[in-house]
Amino acid sequence: MSACFPLESAGSQPPLGSSTTCGPRVSELTEAGNLAGVQHIILVLSGKGGVGKSTISTELALALRHAGKKVGILDVDLCGPSIPRMLRAQGRAVHQCDGGWVPVYVDQEQSICLMSVGFLLENPDEAVVWRGPKKNALIKQFVSDVAWGQLDYLVVDTPPGTSDEHMATVDALRPYGPLGALVVTTPQAVSVGDVRRELTFCRKTGLRVLGVVENMSGFVCPHCAECTSIFSRGGGEELASHAGVPFLGSVPLDPELTKSLEEGRDFIREFPESPAFPALLSIAQKVLIEAPARVP
Amino acid sequence: MGGAGGLSDSDRQWSEEAFSRRTIEEIKEKLKTVKHKILVLSGKGGVGKSTFSAHLAHGLAEDENTQVALLDIDICGPSIPKMMGLEGEQVHQSGSGWSPVFLEDNLGVMSVGFLLSSPDDAVIWRGPKKNGMIKQFLRDVDWGEVDYLIVDTPPGTSDEHLSAVQYLSAAHVDGAVIITTPQEVSLQDVRKEISFCHKVKLPIIGVVENMSVFVCPKCKKESQIFPPTTGGAEVLCQDLKIPLLGKVPLDPHIGKSCDKGQSFLIDAPDSPAALAYRGIIQKIQEFCGLHQPKEEHLISS
Repeated sequence: MSACFPLESAGSQPPLGSSTTCGPRVSELTEAGNLAGVQHIILVLSGKGGVGKSTISTELALALRHAGKKVGILDVDLCGPSIPRMLRAQGRAVHQCDGGWVPVYVDQEQSICLMSVGFLLENPDEAVVWRGPKKNALIKQFVSDVAWGQLDYLVVDTPPGTSDEHMATVDALRPYGPLGALVVTTPQAVSVGDVRRELTFCRKTGLRVLGVVENMSGFVCPHCAECTSIFSRGGGEELASHAGVPFLGSVPLDPELTKSLEEGRDFIREFPESPAFPALLSIAQKVLIEAPARVP
Repeated sequence: MGGAGGLSDSDRQWSEEAFSRRTIEEIKEKLKTVKHKILVLSGKGGVGKSTFSAHLAHGLAEDENTQVALLDIDICGPSIPKMMGLEGEQVHQSGSGWSPVFLEDNLGVMSVGFLLSSPDDAVIWRGPKKNGMIKQFLRDVDWGEVDYLIVDTPPGTSDEHLSAVQYLSAAHVDGAVIITTPQEVSLQDVRKEISFCHKVKLPIIGVVENMSVFVCPKCKKESQIFPPTTGGAEVLCQDLKIPLLGKVPLDPHIGKSCDKGQSFLIDAPDSPAALAYRGIIQKIQEFCGLHQPKEEHLISS
């Protein structure tokens, strides 16, 4: 089913407000409108690719929902939008209402909604080969023109790096602050090396870091129960301690989790026995406690 | 933080200046001494592009008569200095341009990592500034006589990739090696990357599937940590009629060697992963050998 908003028209709409909508003037021009009903915003960042940001974003959203919260997910990875598939929502159309674009609800109870560039692609194999300015424009629209409604949490999944998408996202969300950031790494030094830079980005942009999550922490062989540190060990805690931020926990590798996400099943409901399950619940609990209260 | 990079006027201005024919010709001239150019792409992050680029460089440079250059254009997440054991090295300038950092006499490396003074420094740049850096890397680095220039890229299909391809449009690029892991979430992005290559008329040397299978060091039984729910790279390559260069198993020693900045090919030469890498490197050399640079084989911009 083709989308209501072909990709080209989405990208060529002018950014919200005047052409100088960046930096400190955003707050003057942006309406409270579509994000007024969102209580907490959490950015999931890394710096390193492939550490599991989208997985952690999705699982965090599911865990928060299981704690009775209404959650939205904003997928601002324009080149690699993974979340629609994870929530079995690929190919869904985006509709419009008076308030703007309606986010796609991925469950019957309408407790999880999602917006991703993935919904705007006619063909999922089509590459979004855009430069910064066009990506920035779409992100501003995603933030301002999506009718998010009443949400307890908006989880924002980002691509790796510290560039256009990240700056545009922080700029666009800043008026609705305070924002919190969850930073994801894997244990090895190469990953930690990139994620250190992401923590600097957080510091420079005034983003409060809720904590560091170490993903792919170890693999328990299903045949003999030996735990192997496939991607080294210790990096997450070291990083958190070096940066002076909380360490939220380690999530082990679980191929069943991967398969479940690939197939869009509700992992939390299906795999309470998984080694990853207690880790994810504990992280969600910490977020529930640490998530900044909205200043009216 | 970067300045107002989202303005359409400056975007147009930069666009015209940045990709002037003159710059493209300058780069073509500068890279005349480079015989083969290979881009290592992915689409998906964390599949092992930099690991592969580093080991492709190590593998080719084992023959001391082969001159190898490794260029890291991942501006925000430059992993190559660490993987090559060159963290903390600085770039020097000479009359003929920037000197790459030499790991061996026949292996030179360039990365934005060498321009940063601290491992905590973040490169918070928008597209145009990243674009400028890539232009400098291609135009101002004095590579000398090189047999293979390997260009390691960040994940995605954005500024860095467009810039690299556009700046190299007059210099012959042999092709792209695309890295993936077996699961569909990676393959999804690889299909986009392949579509990008077709769009910009970049030949594809082939696909490498990383993290294929894990062999437990204790019981030696195999597990698929990243399950090929849709058939993995094999099925993708069959469907899209692209060569599968090889499958590399998930070996904890690879990560350890990278963390220590050492060549895994030397640390564990007889491991299945090292053998897989060598097979892939050989196929890449064969591809480059068959496709010698000719004037008419230029990528259109």
